[in-house]
Amino acid sequence: MIIDFTHIIEQLPELVRSIGVTCMIWLVGTACALVLGFFVTLGLRFGAWWLRWFLSAYVEIIRGTPFLIQLFLLYYGGPFIGIALDPMPAGFLGVTVYGAAYFSEIFRAGFEAVPGGHVEAAQCLGLTRFQIIWRIQVPEMTMLVLPPAINMTVILLKETAVLSIITVPELTFLMQAIGSQQYAFVEAMAVLACFYWAMVSLAGRIGDFAEKRFSKYTFSHT
Amino acid sequence: MTWQLFALLVHACGLTIAISAVSIVIGLMIGIAVSGAMLSRNRAASWCGRTFVSFFRGSPLLVQLLLIYNLLPVLGLNVPSLVAAVVGLSLCDAAYQAENMRGGLKSVPRGLLEAADMLGLSPWQQFWRIKVPIALRMTLPALTSEAIMIVKASSLVSVVGVVELTRMAQDLSASTFRPLELFTAAGFLYFVTNWTLSRLGRRLERSFSWGIR
Repeated sequence: MIIDFTHIIEQLPELVRSIGVTCMIWLVGTACALVLGFFVTLGLRFGAWWLRWFLSAYVEIIRGTPFLIQLFLLYYGGPFIGIALDPMPAGFLGVTVYGAAYFSEIFRAGFEAVPGGHVEAAQCLGLTRFQIIWRIQVPEMTMLVLPPAINMTVILLKETAVLSIITVPELTFLMQAIGSQQYAFVEAMAVLACFYWAMVSLAGRIGDFAEKRFSKYTFSHT
Repeated sequence: MTWQLFALLVHACGLTIAISAVSIVIGLMIGIAVSGAMLSRNRAASWCGRTFVSFFRGSPLLVQLLLIYNLLPVLGLNVPSLVAAVVGLSLCDAAYQAENMRGGLKSVPRGLLEAADMLGLSPWQQFWRIKVPIALRMTLPALTSEAIMIVKASSLVSVVGVVELTRMAQDLSASTFRPLELFTAAGFLYFVTNWTLSRLGRRLERSFSWGIR
């Protein structure tokens, strides 16, 4: 077999479009997962017993089962209970629901790391619960939460490749198609792996930079 | 869903557990070697180790599996898809284990190594007899979560045609047209497996944590 990359270069416009799909699902999905995850954490901390029970079951189930099974259940099982989604919305929903469970776990650890004395002091000063969350707990936990949250964001980028199995037209899906059409599957997969590698490395660098920028908000226990 | 279908799923779950177990053992062995290379003073060895870890942690497992599955025949190795799947999972696992072990190896107390030096142990002996056993005990919690991750990741080997739990559920749902029940049952089996693993890990941690804290 001769390694020949010209086949891959020929399809450049489609490639660019599918990279766009990958990035869009990744970034929008992560943003939604962050918001949903934060609300899940709030529900777990302040909700009624039935809400706490439901949310902890949700987090445990999502974290205990493979992403692929969740996607299959959503995409192939969904229509039987009236949730018939196209691949793209199913992909978005899948990434959001999956990511939120992990993010909520990260936020939970962050909330727990804020010293109880600070919350009590805020209560004594007459701050409302909303103010305590936004003015005391969230700023104090930002630096603690940032590294694992960045790590999870990078993991979500890699997980978007799995969406190709439910035919979301993202990068892995397109590269598989190109690879089998052109009888150059190995080359296609090698290029694809290197592309993700570069993306993940870049995202990691940006994450490190963000950590440094935010490190001025580090809060010390003294 | 009938009990027959469920029995088929349980059977396939056995293969999932077997694949995961083999991959974790092989991955751990490669991972220890790679972590040793990463921390070695030899520039080339450390660069190779770091590149290996960076690549396998930086690209999706699905792509790695597809690459390895299709690359092996090109290299003249016509192996069954099961072997390709185990190779892929082991290499990916090795990268994560190497990263965990690196942290463990670094935190081995200096005094122990000095003592080993005084006793005349060679660097090789020091690595395998002193550093690795201590680092393994320190990284046991990470090892457990790694094992759980591999069980979940093993669902991806369904794409290279290994009929483990996910593929079995897929095949059965195609023939019985009941995806909702079958994927729920498959998810349940994964959940039970992982739950058992995390329990086991916690128990191991308790019985192996003596002497390091």
